[in-house]
Amino acid sequence: MFAQVQELLLLLIGSALVSNVVLSQFLGLCPFLGVSKKVETAAGMGTAVIFVITLASAVAGVIYKYVLQRFGIEYLQTIVFILVIAALVQFVEMFLKKFMVSLYEALGVYLPLITTNCAVLGVALTNVQNEYGILTGIVNGFATALGFTISIIILAGIREKMQYNDVPESFKGMPIVLLTAGLMAIAFCGFSGLL
Amino acid sequence: MNSVKERLYNGIVKENPTFVLVLGMCPTLAVTTSAMNGLGMGLTTMVVLALSNMIISLMRNIIPDKVRIPAFIVIIASFVTIMQLLLQGFLPSLYDALGIYIPLIVVNCIILGRAESYASKNPVIPSLFDGIGMGLGFSFALTCIGAVREILGAGEIFGFHIMPESYVPISIFVMAPGAFFVLATLTAIQNKIKAAGEKKGKDMSKIQSGCSEDCLGCDGKGGCSHGFYDTKAGEKTEGEVK
Repeated sequence: MFAQVQELLLLLIGSALVSNVVLSQFLGLCPFLGVSKKVETAAGMGTAVIFVITLASAVAGVIYKYVLQRFGIEYLQTIVFILVIAALVQFVEMFLKKFMVSLYEALGVYLPLITTNCAVLGVALTNVQNEYGILTGIVNGFATALGFTISIIILAGIREKMQYNDVPESFKGMPIVLLTAGLMAIAFCGFSGLL
Repeated sequence: MNSVKERLYNGIVKENPTFVLVLGMCPTLAVTTSAMNGLGMGLTTMVVLALSNMIISLMRNIIPDKVRIPAFIVIIASFVTIMQLLLQGFLPSLYDALGIYIPLIVVNCIILGRAESYASKNPVIPSLFDGIGMGLGFSFALTCIGAVREILGAGEIFGFHIMPESYVPISIFVMAPGAFFVLATLTAIQNKIKAAGEKKGKDMSKIQSGCSEDCLGCDGKGGCSHGFYDTKAGEKTEGEVK
């Protein structure tokens, strides 16, 4: 029992910090760059991503184990996962809109930005590739999304400060944000000695 | 014949997906650690793009408008799976190098973008060559970025040593941060070209140099993937319940 908990904790740190989903795997770059102008919206986006990725890795894990593996059609994983994820996000939006209005008001605007986010599909595929069980898969999904949230909030914080800086004309907009992300990636390289 | 040439030119130069439109950033940054990987990723994407464009164009009058996005995704995902199995069987070294980024071609917004904006409205032959042109443009861009990173980061190109012995490789360029720095430089150059062009009164609106808008206030016109989400999905059920 203890060994299993320890293993899950190590996985949590590994997926959230060491191999950060955005800064070392380059998944989910679009929302990372597109929704990081303000800390408030970045935090909202992060919460929505944690919610969706954790849910999606649970659903994808169950479908992989009880449908794809059972019938020996694992090679269809890409097609099945992308459809399941797209349907899941739409379903979650409908569900929240109907039954949890306050949560919908907080996360609703971010959900459309997540459907075709490659991080969601990426986590589902990584879980399968590393042969994680369902519980391990969910923990990995949560940790990956947590890593995304940490990095997008840090970037948003830096961007808020950067508004008042005198950036060279050509570097205004995307280039300076990418440079910032690069420096953050160097900082996150430091975590690689952690495990 | 003219439209074929025009499509190829459009994809490689005029609307180059990486250098002009700045689409599909995830694979661009992730796999360009060497020129060879960039080329492999580019060509794999090209095959998927050309074939899915062709099939989508053939089926454009059959697919109902309401379910076109899921239908496109299924077609694209099928070709990605086929390519994944082919690479696994015949080019295992490339398959291992690209890893998870092969199945992730499905969510590359260039492919869905071309399906939506071109293949679903145009005949088969131009659609096929639109896919090939875009794919070649993407391959060219990835190979260039990969070559720059490989030369700076390892002193090699396609695995051949070209820098003098005294050159000390800046190994950060083949690591994750290097990808961000190369892309930052690229978009800065684009900004510069765009500003120079606008000064001369040319229309430079095509150059996006990385969508710098906030996604929340955007209606998906930039060609990124979130424009494909059906925002009215929830409303329909509400109407039924009432």
